[in-house]
Amino acid sequence: MTSNDDYGPGLLAPYRVLDLSDGRGLLCGKMLADLGADVVQVEPPGGSPARRVGPFYKDEPGAERSLFWWACCANKRGITLDIATDDGSTLLRRLVANADFLIESADPGRMAALGLGYDDLQAINPRLVMVSITAFGQDGPYADYQASDIVGMALGGFMHLTGDGDRPPLRVSMPQFYQHGSAAGAAAAMIAHTHRQLTGEGQHVDVSCQQAVARTLAHAPQYWDLEQTILRRMGAYRESAGGTFTRINWPCKDGYVNFQPGGGTAGAARSVRSMLAWMTEEGMGSPELDAVNWEELGYGTARAEIMEMTVAAVAPFFMTHTRNELADGALERRILLFPVATPSDILAHRQLAARDYYDHIEHEDFGETVTYPGHFVKDMQDAARVGVRRRAPHVGEHNREILGGELGLNDRDLSRLTELGAI
Amino acid sequence: MAGLPLEGLKVLDFCWVAVGPMTTKYLSEYGATVLRVESGKRPETLRRAGPFAGGESGINRSGYFANYNANKYGLSIDMGHPSAPELILRIAEWADVITENFTPGTLERWGLGYDELSRVNPRVVLFSASMLGRGGPMQTQPGFGAVLSSLAGYTNIIGWPDRGPVNPYGAYTDFVCPKFAVAAILAAVDRQRATGLGTHLDMSQLETSLHFGGSMLLDAGVNGREPELVGNRHPAASPHGAYPCASDANGETDRWITIAVFNDEQWAALRDEMVADGVTDVQSGEFRTFRVRKAHEDKLDGIIAGWTANHDRHALMHRLQSVGVPAGVVNDTRDLFDDEQLKHREHFTWLDHPEMGPYATDYTESHLSATPGRLDRPAPLLGQDTEYALREIVGLSEADYRELEEAGALE
Repeated sequence: MTSNDDYGPGLLAPYRVLDLSDGRGLLCGKMLADLGADVVQVEPPGGSPARRVGPFYKDEPGAERSLFWWACCANKRGITLDIATDDGSTLLRRLVANADFLIESADPGRMAALGLGYDDLQAINPRLVMVSITAFGQDGPYADYQASDIVGMALGGFMHLTGDGDRPPLRVSMPQFYQHGSAAGAAAAMIAHTHRQLTGEGQHVDVSCQQAVARTLAHAPQYWDLEQTILRRMGAYRESAGGTFTRINWPCKDGYVNFQPGGGTAGAARSVRSMLAWMTEEGMGSPELDAVNWEELGYGTARAEIMEMTVAAVAPFFMTHTRNELADGALERRILLFPVATPSDILAHRQLAARDYYDHIEHEDFGETVTYPGHFVKDMQDAARVGVRRRAPHVGEHNREILGGELGLNDRDLSRLTELGAI
Repeated sequence: MAGLPLEGLKVLDFCWVAVGPMTTKYLSEYGATVLRVESGKRPETLRRAGPFAGGESGINRSGYFANYNANKYGLSIDMGHPSAPELILRIAEWADVITENFTPGTLERWGLGYDELSRVNPRVVLFSASMLGRGGPMQTQPGFGAVLSSLAGYTNIIGWPDRGPVNPYGAYTDFVCPKFAVAAILAAVDRQRATGLGTHLDMSQLETSLHFGGSMLLDAGVNGREPELVGNRHPAASPHGAYPCASDANGETDRWITIAVFNDEQWAALRDEMVADGVTDVQSGEFRTFRVRKAHEDKLDGIIAGWTANHDRHALMHRLQSVGVPAGVVNDTRDLFDDEQLKHREHFTWLDHPEMGPYATDYTESHLSATPGRLDRPAPLLGQDTEYALREIVGLSEADYRELEEAGALE
C-alpha cells in the first residue's frame, strides 16, 4: 500500500520500471522516469546498440558519448545483463518479481524465444505491466518487416502529405517513428497501471508505431472516408480540404515564419484581421483583403483566389521584417504566427527561460554541464519538479548497486558473472 | 466482455480543437466517463472544419470533430451565462479530473481557476494545456499546432537543400502531446487515489514537443551544430530515400517506395536484387562501401529511381523485405484504409452516427491484452447529452435542471 510519503519525489516515485528496450523504445521509460519512476535500463554486456546512435559528444563516437543515449536515458540507472544466458535470464526474473513495469522493443517473438515472453513473466509477477513497442505490433502480415524511421513514416501515411508536390515525399530528418510509439507506450502503460492498482491484474501492452504515426494526420484520413478526397503535399501550403488550402510557411528578411491565414473561430479570423491592420499601419495594407469576410470562412479553408490575394499582399510585408520582429508583433497583436526556429533559437528562447524549462546536468566524466529539455509537464503541487535529475548511466554503472545491493550478489558472484559474459 | 481499465474515472472536459480532445479520447476509449462541455452559442472550431459526411457541411457532420470525440457525452453550457460558474463548480465536485486547453487565464476569468475548483474538490486533478504554458512573457500567444511546429524546431529540418523548409503535415505538435498528457494525468490520478491529493498539471505544447528531438538540442548545446536541410538523406545510411514506382490500378501516379540501407548486408541484398533485374551499374566500385556510396549518392539515387520506377510498389516492398532490406511503400490516406497491417490491427473502427451515418474513427495504437479499449458510441451531437449527463451522471435534481434550462444557461 502506498502512502503520502511514497509520492514525495515525483508522481510515480513508488514504482519500479525495468527498461529492456533498445533505441526503438527508450523514450517510453524516459517519460516514466521524468514523472519520478525508478527506471532501471537493462543493457547487454558491452552496452546497448542505442549507444552507437549519433550525434556524439564532440563528434567522436563512443559508448559513453552518444547524445541520443544521453537524451533518452537521463534519469535512469543502468545495469548490464545478457538475458540470452541462463544466469542473466535468472537475474532478470528475480528483478521482474519486484517490478511494476517492463518495457521492451525486441522484434516480435524474440522475448518468448528466450523464455521471457509475457506469459513467462506474468507467471512470476501477475501484477506486471509489460509494454512491447514494435514498428507494426506483435502480429499481422508486416510484423516481421524491418522498419527504419523513413520506412515507418512512409507506411504510417505521414510522408505522402509532407514535402513539395513536385518532389518525392519527405520525412522529418530527426527520427520520429519510434518516438511516437514509445510515447504512446507510456500512455498505455499508465492506462494498464490504473487498472492494475484497482484489481491487481497486470497485462501485456502491444504498441504499433505505424498506428501511432497514422494518428498524427489530423483530418486527412477522414477526408478519404467521408468525401473520397486524397489530400496531398503542397510544400509551403497545406491542403485543408479538396480544393481549399492555406499557406503556412513564409520567407521573411532573415529566415522563415509560420503564419496561417484562414477563417473560423479560435482566433483565426481575428488573427488575420490583426495582421491586416498591422500592414495598414506600415503603409502596406490591402483593401481587397480587408473586404474579405474572414469570419464566415471555415477553419483553414480559403479558396484559391483569396489565397492568391493574401500571398500577393502578405509576402512582401514579411520580407520587410525579421523573424523576431514578426514574432514580437504577433504576440502584441494576437496573431497566429511563430518563427521557424533553429535549435540554438530554441535553447535561447525567452519563454522557455522564463518557465525555467531547461535542466543543467553535470557530466563529471567530461567536466561539463549539459543542457537538457526539462519538464514536459509542470506538476504545480509537487515539491519535486518533473524533469531531468541525473545523467544517463554509463555501461553497467549500477550493477553493484542493484545486483549487489538488491539481489544480494557479492563481489565474487559479480566477477564470476562478468567472466561468463552474463553482465 | 472484459471491463475497461478506466471505468469509474470521472472527467469534466473543456478541451477543444485537436490536442485536448485527442487526450480525452484515450480516456473515453478506455472507459472513463467524459463529459465534454461545449457552447451552443460558439461551437468549437472543429465542428466547422471538414471533412463533412457526404461533403455536406453541418454542425454535427464534421469527421474531424467526430474522430476525436467518440465515446464522450456532449453537454451544451453557455459559459457567458451568470449561472454557468456555479453549475461548473457543481460538476467539479463530481469530477476526478478536469481538462482544458484554453489560452491561460480563461478559466480564471470565469472564476473557475484551480483555486476555486480545488476549494470545492480538493482532490481534483486539473489538466491545462496551452501553446507556451502558464506564466512567462508569452503565455497569451495564441496558436495552433500547425504553426507551432515551426517554433518546436520541426519545420527547420524538413525540406530540400535547394529549396526552403516545409512544415510537417497537419497540426503536428497536437499529436505529439496527447501521449505525454495521458501519462501525466494518470500519474496524478494514481497519487490522487492513493493519497487524496489533487494537483494542477500545466503542459506547454512547445516544451512537450521538444522531447521528440532531445538529441538535436543536445547536439546544438554541446557541439554547436545547426542542422541543414537534407531531403531524405541520413548521415548513417546510404542509399536512403523515397523512390518512384509504377502507377497502380487506380491510375494513381504519385507512387513511392522508401528504402533504407544501414549496413553492408543490406546493401549486398539490395544490389543483388537490382543486378537480377539487369541493373548492373550498381556493381560499380563507386558504390562498394558506405563511404564511397555517400560520395556518389546522387548518382546512386538516380540508378535506384530508374529501377524502382518500373515496379509495383507493394511487390517491390515484399521482395526487398524478404531479403532483409528495410523498405516500405508510401501510403496515402486512401492506402491507409487498405493497408494489410492496419486492417489486421483494426486501426479504423466504424461508428454509426445519427446524422453522419457510419464514419471511421481511429482505434488506439496500443492493444491491452486484458482490458482492450472499446469505441462504441459516436461523437455526440451538439448538446445531445446535457440533460442525461447533468441529471443521471452528475445527479442534479429535476428542479435545478429545469431552472438552468429555463434561464438559458444550457445553450
